[in-house]
Amino acid sequence: MCTGRIDPQFVLKAFQSGADGVLILGCHPGDCHYKEGNYKALRRFHLLKRMLKQFGVDEGRFRLDWVSASEGEKFVEVIRDMVATVKKLGPLMTDKEKLRVG
Amino acid sequence: MGKPKVAFYWCASCGGCEEAVVDLAEDILKVVEAVEFVFWPVAMDFKVKDVESLGDGEIAVSFINGAIRTGEQEHMAKLLRKKSGLVVAFGACAHIGGTPGLANFVNRKKIFDWVYFNAPSNDNPGKIIPQEKTKVEVGELTLPEFYDTVYTLDQVIDVDYYLPGCAPPPDLIMKAVEAILSGNLPEKGSVLAPDKALCDTCKRKTTKPERASIKEIRRVHEVMLDPERCFLDQGIICLGPATRDGCGERCINANMPCRGCFGSTSRIEDQGAKFLSALASIIDMNEEEEIKRIIDSIVDPAGIFYFYSLPASMLRRRLDI
Repeated sequence: MCTGRIDPQFVLKAFQSGADGVLILGCHPGDCHYKEGNYKALRRFHLLKRMLKQFGVDEGRFRLDWVSASEGEKFVEVIRDMVATVKKLGPLMTDKEKLRVG
Repeated sequence: MGKPKVAFYWCASCGGCEEAVVDLAEDILKVVEAVEFVFWPVAMDFKVKDVESLGDGEIAVSFINGAIRTGEQEHMAKLLRKKSGLVVAFGACAHIGGTPGLANFVNRKKIFDWVYFNAPSNDNPGKIIPQEKTKVEVGELTLPEFYDTVYTLDQVIDVDYYLPGCAPPPDLIMKAVEAILSGNLPEKGSVLAPDKALCDTCKRKTTKPERASIKEIRRVHEVMLDPERCFLDQGIICLGPATRDGCGERCINANMPCRGCFGSTSRIEDQGAKFLSALASIIDMNEEEEIKRIIDSIVDPAGIFYFYSLPASMLRRRLDI
């Protein structure tokens, strides 16, 4: 889906469901089919990253990058880098019992 | 048959919800006429044993305000649940955690360190902090457990209805009481308020930005607020887009932006994230460094986006402590 459609609730849902990292990959700025979708995503990303820090979620767990459909090599590079970062950080501690979640 | 029995209890709250009942003014006489209060610690002299001596489900309705922060509050909520036909979460703190819920950005240890040791006005050379059990000459004294995390009422007991607001406005309280007395109730789990966004009925709606239009975010004390224009259009954070309507716009009418005490509409799961989304989309800037600068000018994003709703949010609390 277009990065401009990514509701911050989706990101929180992923963390809430046990994801240790969330990676959003979108079309390069200027390449948006809807003109502004990725810029909107960029603004939401920076605000959400800042807010997640206040929730104790390390910056490395949440990343936005631009990878077009023809950039196979970059795609691999970004994924590898993200995986390495998250592995280094280890699991995100969400104590389900303490939080009384389902 | 006697009058329906009613209980009114407070947990982690300020007492404003009790004030809201008094704010019913003459209408309170109608309520008193129609029901029998069996428990209301703030206003009348009842003891816990008076509740314990009632049969299960004997109380027609318990209105419980306040979030759950201590073991005693959880115990009382559970006791009232057992004794009541209906439980109504009364006010923002019971509904979505309220401002006491902001404590979920820290934990019990940090709170105790500040309150008993580090606050500048403290004089506690013996480093004394409250204990759950203390032996004294005449026996053992106990205090309730202070939890690490603040909970909403429905994270602790089953809740039938929610009356939102800090505090709930008198017209919604009266409507709820009338609905309960007449048995004309909506589906279980409903919030007893309109299910649309505050912006929908806001009189400043015509000046609400439709697209990216703000270049700076400001705080209320930094500008002369235009009493007619949409707060967001003035670069002031107002939670209206992510907040439920029905409050009577008391803050907006006093030229203060919305802080979200009614919680979100039923279509939103996380009020803070939804507001974040709305705010980011109206920032008129596509250059990354400038975006960061504007965003960094928001002093405490999580604290303001979840002013009332942190315990009810998806993440519920700070995760690394």
